[in-house]
Amino acid sequence: MGLSTSSVITLHVNGEKHTLPVDHRTTLLDALRERLDLTGTKKGCDQGQCGACTVLVDGRRTVACLQFAVAAEGREITTIEGMATGGRLHPVQQAFLDLDGYQCGYCTPGQICSAIGMLAEHAAGWPSAASEDVRPAAGPAPLTPEEIRERMSGNLCRCSAYPSIVEAVARAADADDASSAADTSAQSGEAAA
Amino acid sequence: MKEFDYRKAPDVSGAVALLDADPDARYLAGGTNLVDLMKSGVERPARLVDVRQLPLDRIESTPDGGLRIGATVTNSDLAAHPGIRGRYPVLTQAVLAGASGQLRNMATVGGNLLQRTRCAYFTDTTKPCNKRDPGSGCPALGGEHHNHAILGASESCVAVHPSDMAVALAALDAVVHYETADGRGELPLDQLYPPVAGTPDRETALPAGALITGVSLPPLPVAARSRYRKVRERASYAFAIGSVAAALDIRDGIVRDARLAFGAVASRPWRARTAEQALIGAPATAETYAAAAEAELEAARPLPHNGYKVPLMRNLTVAVLSELDEEAAR
Repeated sequence: MGLSTSSVITLHVNGEKHTLPVDHRTTLLDALRERLDLTGTKKGCDQGQCGACTVLVDGRRTVACLQFAVAAEGREITTIEGMATGGRLHPVQQAFLDLDGYQCGYCTPGQICSAIGMLAEHAAGWPSAASEDVRPAAGPAPLTPEEIRERMSGNLCRCSAYPSIVEAVARAADADDASSAADTSAQSGEAAA
Repeated sequence: MKEFDYRKAPDVSGAVALLDADPDARYLAGGTNLVDLMKSGVERPARLVDVRQLPLDRIESTPDGGLRIGATVTNSDLAAHPGIRGRYPVLTQAVLAGASGQLRNMATVGGNLLQRTRCAYFTDTTKPCNKRDPGSGCPALGGEHHNHAILGASESCVAVHPSDMAVALAALDAVVHYETADGRGELPLDQLYPPVAGTPDRETALPAGALITGVSLPPLPVAARSRYRKVRERASYAFAIGSVAAALDIRDGIVRDARLAFGAVASRPWRARTAEQALIGAPATAETYAAAAEAELEAARPLPHNGYKVPLMRNLTVAVLSELDEEAAR
């Protein structure tokens, strides 16, 4: 069987289809930034440790640096550029603006994408390592600051703007509660369960 | 990174056939470890066989009353599953103690079991490492080893297995199911990782080319009261320096049944059978828990910079068992 080191793929990003040839070594992060000019997704560590490249794949938060673009073919990818609707910021974006949930801003797109994914996970009833009791009978864990910190621990902020980030996420959770969180959904997870 | 061919596996037998035909191929699932190792040059596959879309993403009841977890179930889905949370809470807690929300959404159960050590000498291709390059030596023995093994290590390798999930699975008597070109097989999780001895490069007992297809859990009433506790150098999103998975059944003040496994102390999840034997039938007291932990840790052979792990594991074991004891009393 012959070896081929590149493919022509179609990526679905923010509701649009993009067909492009890629070397198989191209990560989803590099494809978004260098090939599709979607530079909102940031490259921090490039090894899955900082969360700056967080994007939603099929509605779930993931890091784009540890996925090959060729393996993301056919999946629905949502980047920070796709979060606003009709010129209206996503409630999480608005909360970060209102509460200064950043300093330099480099980690912010990843923080916001992660928070949107996280709120959907929480709305779906997922426990976290901060949850007192993970058993279903205990009911869903309230989204306390401690829960937010634990659930957002995959996003580092070198400026250490964490206090405002936690406030912004809490504000967005209150404003937004079930509605938009349910949209971005951990639905596929429910199906798999 | 070395160039590579990429194939989406059409089905399990197709995936296995692709690997069987090519010793330089690797399975790709969540990629959270493999992609990173390809970037650093530790892994240099000529072909990736993508197995993530295979229909192995269900958690189903088994005829014996247990659960079978498909190999491509993500860590997130495993941790969130009501049956796991209710009947095997230690497993949900272990999975949630590992990595970050993003990585748990990507990582799979099969991949988690096969992830590689985070020993810094293993991941640095400019350094010798008997696991990566057999016979080249182990710089960790005389170097940076504050988070290395205290149990079951050898002169060849003192690296620890990084998985939290596998520690809970070891305590729960899980069985790993796999497939090769020759057919299906299974291995108790306890036998998945062979002793290090002189062959640290041989990390699993799986036959060459095997694809893990699932993990089954027996019905295990003792697991209803179980928990996982992990100690690490920061509050979240870090590998363990020590962890304990435990399940305890206490009746009339006596330990009737117990399951205990340690993490971050050996090249594999360490099922603490010596401690279990000391627990079962003994009075449910802090003295019993301490004596059991000490019996297990008699085999510990710490290195100059990781001796702290011995009292850490002793105290952690006593703490977790005492918590389960209190939970039983409520």
